[in-house]
Formats: sequence, C-alpha cells, structure tokens
Amino acid sequence: MSKTETDATSGADADERELAAGAQLSTAPKEEAPSVASIGVIGWLRWFWRQLTSMRVALILLFLLSLGSIPGSLIPQNSVDELKVQDFKAAHTTLTPIYEKLQLFDVYSSVWFSAIYLLLFISLIGCIVPRTWQFVGQLRSRAPRAPGRLDRMPAYTTWHTEADPEDVRAAGLAMLRKRRFRAHADGDAVAAEKGYLREAGNLLFHVSLIVMLVAFATGTLFKSEGGKLVVEGDGFANHLTQYDDFKSGSFFDTDDLDPFSFSLDRFEGRYAQSGPERGTPRVYKAHVSWTKGTDGTERKAEIEVNRPLEVDGTKVYLIGHGYAPVVTVRDGKGKVSYKGAVPLLPIDSNSTSTGAIKVADGYRDKDGKKEQLGFNAFFVPTFAGEGKGEMFSQFPAPNFPVLALSAYHGSLGIDSGLPQNVYQLDTSKMKKFEDKDGELLKQRLLPGETMKLPNGAGSVTFEKDLKEWASFQVSHQSGNGLALGGAILALSGLVASLFIQRRRVWIRATEGPDGVTVVEMAGLGRSESAKLPEELADLAVTLNATAPTAAEAEPAAEPSEATALDSPESAEDPAESAEEAADHPAEGAEK
Amino acid sequence: MTLAAATNENLANISNVLVYSSMAVYTLAFLAHIAEWVFGSRSKVGRTAAALTGGAAAAPAVQVTAKAKGGTAVLDRPKVVTRSAAGTRDVPDGPGADGGTEQGDIYGRIAVSLTIVGFLVEAGGVVTRAMSVQRAPWGNMYEFSVTFSTVAVGAYLVLLALKKNVRWIGLILVTTVLLDLGVATTWLYTDSDQLVPALDSYWLWIHVSTAIFCGAVFYLGAVGTLLYLFRDSYENKLANGGKPGSFATSVLERLPSAASLDKLSYRINAAVFPLWTFTIIAGAIWAGDAWGRYWGWDPKEVWSFVTWVAYAAYLHARATAGWKGRKAAYLALFAFATWLWNYYGVNIFITGKHSYAGV
Ligand code: HEM
Repeated sequence: MSKTETDATSGADADERELAAGAQLSTAPKEEAPSVASIGVIGWLRWFWRQLTSMRVALILLFLLSLGSIPGSLIPQNSVDELKVQDFKAAHTTLTPIYEKLQLFDVYSSVWFSAIYLLLFISLIGCIVPRTWQFVGQLRSRAPRAPGRLDRMPAYTTWHTEADPEDVRAAGLAMLRKRRFRAHADGDAVAAEKGYLREAGNLLFHVSLIVMLVAFATGTLFKSEGGKLVVEGDGFANHLTQYDDFKSGSFFDTDDLDPFSFSLDRFEGRYAQSGPERGTPRVYKAHVSWTKGTDGTERKAEIEVNRPLEVDGTKVYLIGHGYAPVVTVRDGKGKVSYKGAVPLLPIDSNSTSTGAIKVADGYRDKDGKKEQLGFNAFFVPTFAGEGKGEMFSQFPAPNFPVLALSAYHGSLGIDSGLPQNVYQLDTSKMKKFEDKDGELLKQRLLPGETMKLPNGAGSVTFEKDLKEWASFQVSHQSGNGLALGGAILALSGLVASLFIQRRRVWIRATEGPDGVTVVEMAGLGRSESAKLPEELADLAVTLNATAPTAAEAEPAAEPSEATALDSPESAEDPAESAEEAADHPAEGAEK
Repeated sequence: MTLAAATNENLANISNVLVYSSMAVYTLAFLAHIAEWVFGSRSKVGRTAAALTGGAAAAPAVQVTAKAKGGTAVLDRPKVVTRSAAGTRDVPDGPGADGGTEQGDIYGRIAVSLTIVGFLVEAGGVVTRAMSVQRAPWGNMYEFSVTFSTVAVGAYLVLLALKKNVRWIGLILVTTVLLDLGVATTWLYTDSDQLVPALDSYWLWIHVSTAIFCGAVFYLGAVGTLLYLFRDSYENKLANGGKPGSFATSVLERLPSAASLDKLSYRINAAVFPLWTFTIIAGAIWAGDAWGRYWGWDPKEVWSFVTWVAYAAYLHARATAGWKGRKAAYLALFAFATWLWNYYGVNIFITGKHSYAGV
C-alpha cells in the first residue's frame, strides 16, 4: 500500500470519523439514546419532541397509518355508502355498538386515525425544518477535507507519475469541476462532493406531502356534493333547494354554489346486443342544454361517464340512468287528476325498475270526496313475454316495455310531516282497490293501455311517450390543483431522492521519497455502491491522461485474496442487478 | 361488420391457444430448471462455509475488483480497491443454481432459452387478445393475470440480458408464472369483449398498465427478500458455528450472499416505488374524471394507499438504525402481501366502485 507522509497517528481517528460520516451524506436525524436525565418538565418535553421527530417513530407511525387504513376497506363506511352501513348495522347487532365506539364506520375521520396522521405530520414538520437548515449549511460550506489515509475509504486507487504534484492537483480540480463536482484545493489534496440534489429531492418530497395533506384538507372542508335525478325534458338549477340530496364540508357556504342551470334533452343508451356481455352499456350519454349564470346563452353538451360537464369550479357527472313512464290518472268523471313522468329505480342491470305513483291532490272519488291514490309500479323495458317466467327485464333498452301496477286509495301519509321515500308506497293508511275476486287490483300495461279502477273510481293510462331519466352528481371541490401540484412535486422529489447518489471524491498528489509523484484517489458514498468505484475509475482514467503512469511497476494494493474472486465480477455484480430503471438508487444510510 | 366480428373471434381463439402453448413451454422450462438444480447439487461449493467458519479469520477486509466493465478498456483501467462497509459480513456470492457444474449450466441455459420462447409465445397471446378486443388488454382479471406474468418474465429476461446475476430466480419465477396462468385460465377466464363505458379513459390505461408493471417487478423484489431471509439465517447459523441441514446447505449455498440479495431487492423496490406513486396519482386523476372525486377511500384506493405507505415504511426502515436487514425485509414482504391482496382479494371478495371489471 502506498503510504503518504501525513500525520498518520491522529489521521487514523479522523478517517474513522470520516467513514462514519458516510451516514452524514444525508441529513437524516441520528438516533440518540434517550438520556432521560432529571431535567424536569422541559427535559421531558424535549425528550418527547426528540422521540416524535426521530426516524424510528416516523417509521412506526407510517406502519400504523398503513395498518389503520385497512379496516375502512373491510367495514362499510358512512363516507362511501351510507345504505351499506345501515344494512350492516341491521345484520350485526352485537358488533355494531362496538364498531360505533371505535368509530369503525368513519375510519378516515375517526379520532384515532386522525391522531396517527396528525402525529406523523407533526413529526414530519419537526423533521424537515432542522434538516433543511442542516442542508443549507452543507450547501454553504465546502466539501470536507481529505482524510489522512485515503486507502481506508470504500473506493481507492493510486498510481505513480512523472507529472508535477501541483499540475496533477490542478488538473484534478479542473476535471472535477467540469464534472459538476463542488471541488476546492485543500493543501496537498483536492476535495469534492456531488449529488446534493438527492437531499434537495428528499426534502422536496417530504414538503410536498404536507402540501398534499393541506390540499386534501381544504378539499374536504370546502367541498359540496349533491345528487339530482332529472327526467328528459326537465331541468336543474344550481340551488340548494333543487338537490335530491346534498353533502358539504364544514366550511362550505351556500353562496359558494356556482350559478348555472341545465336541462336534460335526451338520454342516449346503447347496449351490447350479443356476446357474453350482452346488455352492458356501449353508449351512455346525457345530451343537455346548459346556461351559465342566470341569463347567459344556452349551450349544448354531452355528459358521459368519464366526461363531466364543467362550469367554473363545478363539475356535473353522469351517475345513473333509468326509466320514467308517463302516466295519466283520471277520476270517475274522466277529469285528469295527475299526469306526469314517474321516475322508477332500476334494481338490476337490465333496468327492471320499481317505484311508486302517488296522486296527492286533485283526485276526487266517485262521491266527489277528496282522496289520495297510490300505485306500486313495476317496470321492465324488455318483457320476456306472457307466461315466460317472472316479470324481469331481459334487456336494458326499451324493446318491449311493460308497466305493472297495483292500486291503493286512502291516505299516502305525506301530511304526517315525516320525510318519505318517493320511490316507496306507505300502504299503512291505504286500502286496496280490489278486483272481481276480492284480490289486490293488479294489471300489466303496454304503452297506450289503460287500467280501470273498480266501481267508477277512475283509470290510469300508461302513455306511449316513455321517458328516461339520468342522475347527476354535482360537485365542487377546491384544492384539486394544489393536490395535483403537490403530487407532481412529490414524485419529482422522490425520483431525485432515490436515483441520485451523493458522494465525495478526493485526489491527493504528493512527491514520494524517490521524487516520483504519488497520486491517490478515493471515493465515499452513502454505502458501498457499485457505481462509486466505477465513477472513481472513470475519473482516474481521465486524470491518468494528464498524469500518465510512470514506467515503474505500480505498487498498488494487490489482490490479497484471489480465491474469493474467481469471477472478478461476482463481488460486485449483484449489487447492481437492479432492474434497469434502478440505475443507482442510493442505499439507505448504511453505516 | 360480421366479418370483423369473425376475425376478432378468430384472434381471440389464437390468443387462447398461445396462452396455453406458453404454459406448455414454461412447464418444460420448469423441468429444465429442476434439472439444473439437481445437477448443481452435485458440486461441492462450500465457499460460504469457508468464508464464515474456518477460513473466516483469513477473510480479507479488502477485496479487489478488477474493473472489467465495458470490456475493451480493461487493461488501461486503474485498479480500484473497494472496502465493504463495516459490520457487514464478507461473504462471496454463491455460484448459482448450476453450482458451477457444466451439466447444470447446460440445463440452466436450456431453461432460460425455453423461458424466452415461453415469454414470446405468451406476449403473442397478450397482443392477439388486444387485437381481438381492439383495446388495451387489461379489462378484467384474466387479462391482468396474463399480462402480469408476461411482464414479470420480461423484467427477469431484461435483467438477464443486462448480465445481472439473477438466473437463480428462474425456477421460482417459472413456477409462479405457471400457477398464475393456471388460475387465470381455469377460474378467471372471461371471453374477450368490449368494456363498460366507465373503464373507457386513457388515464385508466396508464394507471392499469403501470400497476401491472409495478406488481410484476415488486414480485421479483419480494422473491429476493424472501430468499434473503433464508440465506441470512443460513449465514448466521454458519457464522455461529451451527450446521444447517444438507438440503438447506445445498440450495442456499448456491444463492448470492445475503448482502447481495438484500441489496438487489432494495434496488428493485426503490426503483419501482416512484412508479407505484405515479400509478396511484394516475388512478386518482382517473377517479376525479369518472366519479367527481380524486380520492374517496374506495377499497381499491385504500389498499393502494396501504401498499404505498408500507413500501414507504420499508424505505424508511432501511435508513433507520436498528431496522435494517431482517426487520426491513419483513416490512417489504408485508408491503408485497398488501399488493397481492389488493389484486386478488379486493377484486374477488370486496365490492366497491372498482368491481365492475368482471373479475
Ligand atoms: C408522511 C409520511 C412520510 C412518508 C410517506 C415518507 C416517505 C419517505 C420515502 C418514500 C423515503 C425514501 C426516499 C429516500 O430514501 O430518499 C423517505 C426518506 C426519508 N424520510 Fe420520510 N416519509 C414520511 C415521513 C417522514 C418523517 C416524519 C421523517 C422524520 C422523522 C422522515 C424522514 C426521512 C428521512 C431522513 C429520509 C431519508 C432517508 C435517507 O436518507 O435514506 N420522513 N421518506
């Protein structure tokens, strides 16, 4: 091994320190043994803070976050599907109170889940701030001095040359600078460092996580989201009163609703006619006319499943579709008591639909007394045919529409003040209309057909003009742009952080005892990396051109153990065998 | 129109035939790999044991690596001495499945050649399937599974082509590919057809293709991690003077050293992690288009998040004192398990907005 005549004794220590500093090529907080001296409250607080901002606790919190998200995918969530939650509660009476206590129906807004991520983000901030200062400090200071003995560094090479030491150093400095190292001359050596972008990327990534959290929080707090079912020919204006259902974040204000309106001109659904997926939609489109503001011009648009209508910050999504048969109800005198399209809800993928027709006002019975009428409605767009099985639709398009009705009269119970499901008939205060046999009056109607109510009570007609409806979700969410921006920054930071290596390189050129110049080069990375020796070799070859190897045989370190290396690459190769994209993801701070 | 439909049906049949053929070829590759391992077991390697036990004292702190990269400049390049990091064992890599025997090597080469053929046939199956439906072939679980194994094999072959020391993965990989294809063709098979409109978005194709790719490569990382755990216990046992069973010795001795395996799987996982991050972002963008919210804690979204956070925890563990090595490896396996569950479990057992893909 080539010796350099520098202070070898104190140098050894310094080298160990330098080696240990390999870990310091990152600004990761060092693990400190918690020394809980009796320093009172402040001491405890400081200890607690140190713990919270340590890598170990960050790791544990991350793992908890991962585990804590799981129950929300296995147990129905209020935020996703309230009906499912109701069903679950009805089916599991013992579990329900326990789950409710643990907030398992609202995992993602529960106290414990919030605690995990809030602690994580406090930890994150507590971690980023000092790391940023440390990093700024590193950027402003120069690369650390060359250690006393370069041959102790993870990668090392040396040769003898006739060139003057000063010239070698100058050439080395120029070469390193040209390769965008931060380099400076330092006594008999040149010190250089490169790859600061790694740390910058890592910090950027972690800061972007905070940006994304803020974006997500604003999105949740200010969002509004409502559903509206619109029958062909009808319209919707963006007022709170017009929604069928409406949810909003805590900070949402009704004035935030963007003023616009639209009407559904036509729903267009076309379905696969054959094949295993017969009946699945191929074209699924709502043709609408919409107006911005109160008196803007009317525009046409098509809303499809992945293509919402966008008005200012509000988006209108097509969510569902169904049929709304048009019925006319007449009283005993033939006077129209009710005429309208009644939206029915599909219950299967072929649009077998159910619902209720409610005649609340305008009907008088044969004695001229006010009464209410109710009909349970069952509709199939494509009927199988008389006597062919049940009343289930064979196909989602209206090829053979049939409406089946059963009739009641009495009180619909609407006036009780309780909210009522418009698709369900509450028959508790109603009497059946009876047929000749005294059974509930039921009839299947083709378009244009009429069902007569007994004893001159009137009639119901299934009009030929069958309408369709579409349901829309109208949502306003702020912070989307911020979230996307945060995500993109996070991604670029991550790539920089994982694929850039931070490393130091030193070149020392001194005059040996025989007057020949000894050149030594060493590299230090975050860990033994296959790329580092390769890069060092590259640099050495380049420098070798200006400082050619002296004729005499080089006294470089010889293989001290050849047996372990019968294939010269074996020691190094697997380290590199990442898949090709992994050009050089840096190692974790291995010491 | 009918003519086009017939052609498509034809292509779909060709695709099926190709997938079945690839299974036949992979089965041959499987047998060849078995032969490789069997013949390889006849060599007396024993380098690991030598390095860790008797010879350990003589094991050098310094290894010399000739810079043979690039081939031409070998002689001009200066020798770079590398020192391995303090605290890691200095153990050479095993010779691979063939154990350094000539016969084993021949079978190994046959196995790799067959794997290449299997890969090409299977890839043909994916392409014809895509042509028959005239869309990207990732519309249901059958199509995912076939693409998934194709990509895993492809990634493995790329690593081999780059002269990486990964041939030892071959047997495990081919075995799982056969399992995957078996499950796909028997339980998950779906006739080729068009898609429901909700799946019709180019973000979806970006999202799904990267998701499949990530999973396939994460799988290679998980295999490395699992073998790392075995090999690490083996080395530990040797270093502590224990004597592992002869089967364990025969198999584990031929694997790369624990340090190499650990590093390999770290690199794979670290390299795919940003792509997985991108996959989730692409999915969120698509969800924003389709459902009006980019994130809604749908089961599929939840599990992607769980996987993402688990891999982030793994990367953190690697940078945390006391968590390197085995503990980090357990985290990596947990992370891959969540990926697998997201793929099979969530599709089959949990209904959410993602469950119209016709299993
Ligand atoms: C919000 C949750 C967090 C996530 C998702 C996350 C994710 C990640 C990921 C993926 C990496 C790998 C990138 C790399 O190796 O350079 C990383 C590295 C790192 N993280 Fe985090 N992190 C989080 C919170 C934290 C916290 C709270 C701390 C501080 C205690 C922290 C400190 C670090 C450090 C120091 C590194 C770099 C380790 C190294 O230099 O190898 N992270 N983080």
